[in-house]
Amino acid sequence: MKHLYAFTSRFFKSKRALFGGVLFLLFTVAALFAPLLTPQNPYDLTQIYLQNSFLPPGSSFWLGTDEMGRDIYSAILYGLRTSLYVGIASTLFSMLIGLGMGLVSGYFGGWIDRMIIRLADIQLSFPAILIALIIMALWGQGINKIIVAITIVSWVYYARTVRSVVLQEKEKEYIEAARALGMRHHHILFGELLPNVLSPVIVLATVRIAYAIILEATLSFLGVGVPMTKPSLGTLISNGYEVLFSGDWWVSIFPGIVLMLLIIAINLLGDRLREVLNPSGGF
Amino acid sequence: MLRFILDRLWHTFLVLLAISFITFFIMYKAGDPVQLLLPPDATQAQVIQMRHTLGLDGSFFIQYKGFLLQLSHGHLGTSFLYGEPALTVVLERLPATLELAVLAMFFAILIGIPLGVSAAVHHGKWQEKIIMFFSLTGISIPVFWIAMVLVLLFSVTFNILPSSGRGTVYLFSSAFTWDGIRHLIMPVTTLTLFQLALIIRLTQSGMREVLSKEYIRFARARGLSPSRIIYTHGLRNTLIPLMTVIGLQFGQLIAFTIVTETIFAWPGTGKLIIDAIQNLDRPVVVAYLLIIALIFVAINFTVDLLYTFIDPRIRLR
Amino acid sequence: MALLQLHNLHTYFFTETGIVKAVNGINFSLERGEILGLVGESGAGKSVTGFSILGLIDPPGRIVEGDIFFNGKNLLQTDASTYRTIRGNQIASIFQDPQTSLDPVMTIGSQIIESLQAHHPHLDKKAAWRRAVEMLEHVGLPAAKKRMHAYPHQLSGGMKQRVVIAMALLNNPLLLIADEPTTALDVTIQAQILYLMQTLVKDFNTSLIFISHDLSVISQICNTVAVMYAGRIVEYGDKSILLSDPKHPYTKGLIASLPTLEKSKKHLTPIPGTMPSLSNLPRGCYFKDRCPLADSQCDHYPEERIVAGRRISCHHI
Repeated sequence: MKHLYAFTSRFFKSKRALFGGVLFLLFTVAALFAPLLTPQNPYDLTQIYLQNSFLPPGSSFWLGTDEMGRDIYSAILYGLRTSLYVGIASTLFSMLIGLGMGLVSGYFGGWIDRMIIRLADIQLSFPAILIALIIMALWGQGINKIIVAITIVSWVYYARTVRSVVLQEKEKEYIEAARALGMRHHHILFGELLPNVLSPVIVLATVRIAYAIILEATLSFLGVGVPMTKPSLGTLISNGYEVLFSGDWWVSIFPGIVLMLLIIAINLLGDRLREVLNPSGGF
Repeated sequence: MLRFILDRLWHTFLVLLAISFITFFIMYKAGDPVQLLLPPDATQAQVIQMRHTLGLDGSFFIQYKGFLLQLSHGHLGTSFLYGEPALTVVLERLPATLELAVLAMFFAILIGIPLGVSAAVHHGKWQEKIIMFFSLTGISIPVFWIAMVLVLLFSVTFNILPSSGRGTVYLFSSAFTWDGIRHLIMPVTTLTLFQLALIIRLTQSGMREVLSKEYIRFARARGLSPSRIIYTHGLRNTLIPLMTVIGLQFGQLIAFTIVTETIFAWPGTGKLIIDAIQNLDRPVVVAYLLIIALIFVAINFTVDLLYTFIDPRIRLR
Repeated sequence: MALLQLHNLHTYFFTETGIVKAVNGINFSLERGEILGLVGESGAGKSVTGFSILGLIDPPGRIVEGDIFFNGKNLLQTDASTYRTIRGNQIASIFQDPQTSLDPVMTIGSQIIESLQAHHPHLDKKAAWRRAVEMLEHVGLPAAKKRMHAYPHQLSGGMKQRVVIAMALLNNPLLLIADEPTTALDVTIQAQILYLMQTLVKDFNTSLIFISHDLSVISQICNTVAVMYAGRIVEYGDKSILLSDPKHPYTKGLIASLPTLEKSKKHLTPIPGTMPSLSNLPRGCYFKDRCPLADSQCDHYPEERIVAGRRISCHHI
């Protein structure tokens, strides 16, 4: 516990990390407590009135309204929920799957390893967004579907990193010692190898979570992401895109700014984490 | 060397085969394109007729076998939507996409590497702070968002740049005419921004690692000039692994052209694939994916080859 | 006048976790042709001393106090570009691991020539080449001409160290700082390199600061010995006096902990405990927690005195 405290205080000595941390916290709280912080639930049809449509930012609706009269400020907070939920969930799942595959592949080698590598190779010969696009376009919209899609395209990166770390560690003496002591495989995997693999995995996750959120936003923007009933920030931006040309800029711009700030906050935290864990740089 | 190449070719062939199989299967399961192609009041007879014409009436394996047969003749099927050979349909639009991707990568490298070097060398000073601030923002902005902001600024507000379409094309490229350039500016900027920011960060990070190495310290102890140390020793050692990463990024860049082309109505493969997916135009989807995979694999291969030649540790075992 | 004089040198590192006082007030001097051995445990401040003389202390480190007089000039008041003309020229250095001291993607020849050209810019390629080959032959590298085109990974450890020594002595330095030059080598090669260094130093009349944790190596090659502990020198004098009749408990402990072939020892006797943290130095003598003679006097840091022909900081002599 003392280690954690020391680590955290050192981590936040950086002004940038502090700023990112505060911002991220702000967004998380806003997303979690959205119903309490917003004047309306924009997806409850009984709370919106068409005559309020396309109002510019002002006193009654802080950030303006969209084509259905939905309050943009409220929509953003609810959208944050979806964006964060999808981003975090898909990162967690792909991390788990990647860890599992990477550990098994690196440790046991042989045909399992070859098979997993082949699979990863095939998948990596495509840009992630393309695969996700195809999956979602054919499967249809849906929050759980998009989490699955993003997980599918992301696990490979974790698996690859984990595998290369395991291959390196496998040769080291402490593993040899563990085997000589007669330790069972799963004990070695989870007891010895896992802790050493976690650090690069967490570093990778900090990079990938931002990418996951952007991927979801992009797919939703293209109309193949989350459904209209549970929109994310990407959907909101897409929504406002058509009316951009008629001058109703606030419908797209405000969600866009929030999305950008969210990613910046995550990247600031991720950067600081990498700095603290690996001070001499390198990619 | 020859072994390496043959090995790679075989591996590539397997990968392409697997891709074609998976895609074929997914598209097969995805739905019935015939429903989309015929008007809703078409008769059952017409449906059966169309299905037969398009070769969709056999079982999955019969259809796949047919596909492989055509493949062996260098033919990738005929587009359900356009009625033309799928391969032609894709290849026709490829130059437009490549134009965007190549230009974006070019500018990203041209501007990104020097800025990354500067940020690494001026560690802790204002140059680094500004450059890294800019690059952090750059990778935090989704491609579609930057496109939108550019359109808002330059098309809607100031009305100085066109928001859609490709300009006059000359010699496969639209970069040779003023009209073409006007149409290129926003899409290319959109694509470049993310890559630029990424390359700055990768270069800075790589340089910092190299500059912390013992041989750099020894070079300083020998009294070598700063520029010699930074460029001949520092940058050279950074570029070798960096090059691999950048090569792989090119594939991601092509993927992002999908979004860019959609927003700017750019007549490339991006728009094509989206339409094809939505209309369940299987031959085009398969053709597109195979070509993309081929491009990716070719890039990977080139990069690996280059690496082998440039890094003496690998070249001379 | 002495070639090199260190006066009250303090080099501190201002890190996120505290101020590390790596060098905390050391004084010594070096005449022309003299070989000084700087000995101590890891972290005692020996390497930092070397880097301080070279002017290669980077942030968060800084020389906070003291003077370094070299050849009549105060190095700490020298500007960067002048310092660069001294480094690798009048003051040369070699580091512990020859593998990491050389740029892996450049040929040996290019690296030697660049050392030459950095300080003799008007030297033409051919002359530089000849001088380089000459130097390689002088350090006993077989097939020198061929080796000029080799890359570092193609040479063995011993050969690499010879190359590094050649690079250091290339410009006829007045002072050579060798930081653990034999530690990374096999014992048999160690002996060869030590012999080589001894010969060259005599041939070129170079002064040498030999940094090592290995007392036995120091005793073979040095004229004078300075024993460092936790950033300070605890005993300093002529080698024959110091090593045959050590007075400081730490020096005695170091000598006693060496395994020897002559006396038959039942157990190895290491010095108990570890060196105090350089960011958290104790009040009084730094060695008191490990010293068998420690008492209440040791709560005040012992002043340096001259006893039995050497300088020593201890209350108990």
